[in-house]
Amino acid sequence: MARATHTSEAADIIAGTGSATALTSGRQQSSGFRLLRRLQRERKAIAGLVIIALLTLLAIFGPLLAPYHPDADDFGILQAPTLEHPMGTDSFGRDLFSRLLIGTRVSFSVGVLAAIAALAIGGTLGLAAGYYGRWVDSLISRAIDLLWAFPVIILAVALVAIFGAGFRNVVIAIAVAYIDDFARIVRGETLSLREQDFTMAARALGARDDEVMGRHIVPNLVAPLTVQLSFAVGLGILTESTLTFLGLGVNPATPTWGLALNEGRDFVRQAWWISVFPGLAIVVTVMALNLLGDGLRDALDVRGVSDV
Amino acid sequence: MTQYIIRRLIQSLFIIWGCATLVFFMLRMIPGDPVIQMLGPEYTPEAADALRHKLGLDQPLHIQYIRWFGNVLTGDLGGSIASGETVTGAIATGLPKTLSLAALSFLIALVIAVPTGIIAALRRNSGFDYAASIVAFIGVSMPSFWFGIILILIFAVRLRWLPAIGYSEITEDGVGEWFKRLILPSLAIGAGYSAILMRFVRAGLLEVLGSDYVRTARAKGVREQSVVLRHALRNSLIPVVTVIGIQLALLLSGTVVVETVFSIRGIGRILVGAIFDRDYPMVQGVILLIAVIFVLANLIVDIVYTFLDPRIHYS
Repeated sequence: MARATHTSEAADIIAGTGSATALTSGRQQSSGFRLLRRLQRERKAIAGLVIIALLTLLAIFGPLLAPYHPDADDFGILQAPTLEHPMGTDSFGRDLFSRLLIGTRVSFSVGVLAAIAALAIGGTLGLAAGYYGRWVDSLISRAIDLLWAFPVIILAVALVAIFGAGFRNVVIAIAVAYIDDFARIVRGETLSLREQDFTMAARALGARDDEVMGRHIVPNLVAPLTVQLSFAVGLGILTESTLTFLGLGVNPATPTWGLALNEGRDFVRQAWWISVFPGLAIVVTVMALNLLGDGLRDALDVRGVSDV
Repeated sequence: MTQYIIRRLIQSLFIIWGCATLVFFMLRMIPGDPVIQMLGPEYTPEAADALRHKLGLDQPLHIQYIRWFGNVLTGDLGGSIASGETVTGAIATGLPKTLSLAALSFLIALVIAVPTGIIAALRRNSGFDYAASIVAFIGVSMPSFWFGIILILIFAVRLRWLPAIGYSEITEDGVGEWFKRLILPSLAIGAGYSAILMRFVRAGLLEVLGSDYVRTARAKGVREQSVVLRHALRNSLIPVVTVIGIQLALLLSGTVVVETVFSIRGIGRILVGAIFDRDYPMVQGVILLIAVIFVLANLIVDIVYTFLDPRIHYS
């Protein structure tokens, strides 16, 4: 019970949804502030959050900040980094810095959309399996086992092979590949929450299944899911860059980090910058999301959610 | 324990059956006519009919399913549309390369992760511990294919110590040349894998070092070296075995992409090539093989785990 309340309040703070209820009770308020202070002490989470905030700004305002049009190709090919072109130019004579700025939005969009879709589908499946048990649990768990048998990249590659490349299909492929992670976490948590006193009391008082799930179980899932979501966005960005690098990603006309790496591979001997900078962008972004997830996990005392 | 092993075996067989069924339906899920997709610009109605007949797509679905299963059980995964070779034959030439790469990557990961994890745990909150933690964070966040490119840039292009691409057969060119060609791709995959293992070795050892029996051993005056090596380390490594199993997916996924960077024609490169050629029988065969390897490897890890940790009761 204590854990359930604790995680719910913590998640409210993270999600920014619990301020109204938190302010109505002095006890809850002090508990909430305590958790906020714990989060502030998590230097990893703060560092991750700051980097993610900066990158989000770049994703939103990237097109305004880019010094050149990402497709402008009249700067001379394979120019080393200079003040005019801080990350050099690519094999088509385009400014790499401008292309990476624009690519921030694409990579973020794919990562966030895929993670949210995986959360929605996996979360619903896990909730149904954990709450209803019996044949529903058996059926869903076996389907999840089946998904788990395919390594993420292989599953994503297979789905892109079937349905074709492109932004929408890449998002779907990555989302499907991560459904099992969310489903397993939610199922496990739901199995435990279903047996808690407050859930049983709600059922005894005649609450319908959807009311029990909506009011008593889902709010307690917010904390572990927030942690998993931050890891999943990072993994989604990694998977997108891998697919695009293999030539199976979003439209080749869209400047993405993975595409820049793909195009730079053939020029690694002449132009190191085309390979180095897009990779660094991926590393910094994914590391910031991992730091955030790790810090959140410590601050919220969430167990059973792993970035690895 | 025997009952548990038998149950896990049956469970794994069911998962493999499910994987084979999913892979069977993969070809049928392709939007539109898969035969038209496969033939591409070479499409003619006659060629389409011939290919449909060759793949058995002109048969009723249940007959196709039974035939597919019968063939899979006998190791017949069909023929490649692009090259004409059998899928099993292509896999037989590619698999040793992929397994060599995966094995060397695993070895590198262990060599890096175990000592680093132990030192980080023994010197908790020291400069070494923080440095190892930061490097591990970078390792986990780094795409293996990008690290592969960076390694090529440093060791092949700048220093010219090692070849940038290609694979040498151990039987033809000897161990030295084989190792020289595999070290960079293995490092590219092993780095990320070692970062994960290191975190688990450190966490496992820290937990065991705080346990009662380690405190008792110290109280009895056992030397610190002996406490760590004989009492703590062995037990702390047991959970690492599970992580090794779970993270096999990472190792296999890593080989798929890194083989493309280093032009090694293992099963990963065969898979990517087959997708571009719309060679669906080859895609089906390789994906099924990877799923089976993954399921069997996890089964083996689970069984090994039951022998390693006698405290665990399986019901």
